[in-house]
Amino acid sequence: MSGLRVLVGTRKGAFILTSDAKRTNWDMRGPLFAGWEIYHINGSPADPQRLYASQSNGWFGQVIERSNDGGQTWEAVGNKFAYEGVPGTHQWYDGSQHPWEFKRVWLLQPSPTDPDTVYAGVEDAALFRSTDGGQNWQELPGLRAAKGQFWQPGAGGMCLHTILFDPGNPQRIFVAISAAGAFRSDDGGLTWLPINRGLVSPGELPDKSAEVGHCVHNLATHPARPSVLFMQKHWDVMRSDDAGDSWHEVSGNLPSDFGFPIAVHAHEPNTIYVIPIKSDSEHYPPEGKLRVYRSRSGGNEWEALTKGLPQKDCYVNVLRSALAVDMLDSCGIYFGTTGGQVYASIDSGDSWSPIVRDLPAVLSVEVQTLP
Amino acid sequence: MIRVVLPQHLRTLAQVSQEVELSVEGVKTISSVLKTLIISYPMLRGTILDQGTGQRRPFIRFFACGQDLSFEPPDSLLPEAVLVGREPFRIVGAMAGG
Repeated sequence: MSGLRVLVGTRKGAFILTSDAKRTNWDMRGPLFAGWEIYHINGSPADPQRLYASQSNGWFGQVIERSNDGGQTWEAVGNKFAYEGVPGTHQWYDGSQHPWEFKRVWLLQPSPTDPDTVYAGVEDAALFRSTDGGQNWQELPGLRAAKGQFWQPGAGGMCLHTILFDPGNPQRIFVAISAAGAFRSDDGGLTWLPINRGLVSPGELPDKSAEVGHCVHNLATHPARPSVLFMQKHWDVMRSDDAGDSWHEVSGNLPSDFGFPIAVHAHEPNTIYVIPIKSDSEHYPPEGKLRVYRSRSGGNEWEALTKGLPQKDCYVNVLRSALAVDMLDSCGIYFGTTGGQVYASIDSGDSWSPIVRDLPAVLSVEVQTLP
Repeated sequence: MIRVVLPQHLRTLAQVSQEVELSVEGVKTISSVLKTLIISYPMLRGTILDQGTGQRRPFIRFFACGQDLSFEPPDSLLPEAVLVGREPFRIVGAMAGG
């Protein structure tokens, strides 16, 4: 392995940090797209030099940027996201029906095998795909046919924020949508099933049998075991051993089971990470202590990882796309905060140090392990 | 030549540091200036006019010669001072928030 590239999206631009495999000295480029919100910047697994970035702001709308040289140069590509056919309506905050309206791209997930194929998760929630390097985008409308009329935005908007592929089954895709739930396609994105059985949200969703309406914050899986899914829900950390057909809670001894991101260790499919947040009304760590929690048993038994992280007076948040892992032998874990720090651990979470601090609020962190 | 002043974020996107100059063919209207702008700087597509509706985005305003042209019909002829290059056509990100 020659090194690492950490891709950081922030409220005011993108930053790219690079290091050799030792991960002790980091160089930073940026801000790229200065002043724009970068919800996500991500690299193609099939061609690490191919990057995509979602650039937006409230005045000028959505722009998609593409790089063919690892982020040295960029070009704006297609930014027309038109819902397929008559867009229809979804449920609004007051229970009335509201037209689907494109707002922004939250997530760009390149195909594992083709650098020109990339998926976009958008708000209002829908899944788009480009097969020409981001020039043209087509919706996969079967997703919104999965009871989309009952989906309802949460406080953060009705966004599609997670896209996972099954490396052993190219026809299988998982997505998650804030305040709608998790969904699975077994035919390459043509049709979709809600996969929310076992999720319980008594405060927000009294109907225990509701197929949709669950506020899923993030999903994670390990490529060697793609039928095992881990979920950080609004409240509750959940696990599925049957590709989402059923879920059970694994929050165990966490100090709070509210949070946003969840991640799986690169080499240990049963080792998972969450970053507890006090509550949905107090978006900062419990007791002012920034702690990553690790479970080596796939949930339920959690240990606090604190070495190198602030353990007093810390009131940052860590957003759903701001936690990532690298693929080096000693797995590296990275997360960014709304206070502008990006912390890294090169020993699977045992100890941490900031690789950059004082950035704008971090929206997303991705890591490329370069050949 | 028609001089066009872009707001800061669109200058960043278009990778220009100053105002841009456009050679607009035919009748020089708000609409034809914007079309020429997008042909010259395709990365600006969708950032001034909505991709779906073709309408001015809500927080975008057009000014020239001290006048707000935002609500003029798109086929309105630009002021003489803009046509001869004495004054620029300004695309502005409207003030919003505190």
